[in-house]
Amino acid sequence: MSRRPPDPVQVVKQRRDAALHALVTGVPYINFLGIEFDRRGDELTAIMPFDEKLIGNPLLPALHGGATAAFLEVTAIIGLSWAMLWDDIESGKLDPDTLVAGTLPRLPKTIDFTVDYLRSGLPRDAYARAQVTRSGRRYASVKVEAWQDNRARPFAQATAHFVMPRRDG
Amino acid sequence: MDKKKIAEQFIGAIPHSRALGMQLTDVGEGTAEIEMAYDERFVGDPETGVIHGGAVSALMDTCCGAAAMSHPNSPGGTATIDLRIDYMRPATPGQKIRARAECYHITRSVAFLRATAMDDDESRPVAQATGSFTVESEP
Repeated sequence: MSRRPPDPVQVVKQRRDAALHALVTGVPYINFLGIEFDRRGDELTAIMPFDEKLIGNPLLPALHGGATAAFLEVTAIIGLSWAMLWDDIESGKLDPDTLVAGTLPRLPKTIDFTVDYLRSGLPRDAYARAQVTRSGRRYASVKVEAWQDNRARPFAQATAHFVMPRRDG
Repeated sequence: MDKKKIAEQFIGAIPHSRALGMQLTDVGEGTAEIEMAYDERFVGDPETGVIHGGAVSALMDTCCGAAAMSHPNSPGGTATIDLRIDYMRPATPGQKIRARAECYHITRSVAFLRATAMDDDESRPVAQATGSFTVESEP
C-alpha cells in the first residue's frame, strides 16, 4: 500500500490561511477592534494595532481595561477554536471554502473569564498568545498573555473556561 | 462637588466607552448604571447575532470603574486590578444591555466591586462580575 504524498507547501499554507481568515473575519466584533492574527505553523499571535478608540484613560494615556479584556478573550476563543479545528483542517475534512462561504462550525462558549491587569496598556500595538491548558470533550481551560514592547513584560493576563460545542460522530 | 456631573464627564471623556455607545444612566454613592445599545458591529456570534463577551466585559469594566470613583471615600481616579466575569446566558439580540455596579467595600488603596448585566428580562441576568480596582489620590 503506497502512502499518499504530502501536499505541496503552498497548498497546505493556503488551506490553513483560508481557514484562519474565515474564522477571524466571520466575527464582527473582532473587525470592530481591528484585531489580526499572525500564523506560524499552528502557533497564532493576535495583534491589536493601536487606535484612538481603544483608549480608556486619555490623560495617561492608557488602553481601556475593557479593550484589553476583549483582546484577551478574542485571542482565547480563536486560539481554542483553532486548536479544536486543526486536525480537520489538516486532513481536509473541514473544507476552507465552506468556511469562507460563511458556514462557521459551532464555536466554544465562554463560561467565565478572569483578567489580571499587570501594568497600564500603552498607546501602542498589543500582542497576545493563548495556551490551551486543558481541552476535554465538554470543557476547556485557556490561559492568555498580552504584551506590547517587551515579550517578557506582559501588561495583562487571563484565564478562561469554555463549554465545547457538541461534535457528533 | 457634583459627583454625577464628574462621572458623566468621565464617561464622555473615555474614547473606548464612547466608541461602544455607553450611556451613564445613574450614579450614586458607590453605585453606577450604564447602558449599551445593541449594535451589529459588536456581535460575537454571526449565526445568532449575540453580542461578543468582550463588549460585555468593556461595559462591566467601565461600570465598575464609575462606581468605584463615585464612592465618597474615593478621592480621584481608578484603574482595574482584576475582573472576573461569569457569562450566565447569551444576551438577547436586538436588546440593549444594562450594567449595574456597586462598590461594596473600599480601603485607602483598593475598591471592591460587583456588577450585574441584564437585557430586557431583568429576572435573568446575562452576566455577573466581581473585581478590585485601585483607589488613586486626587488628580
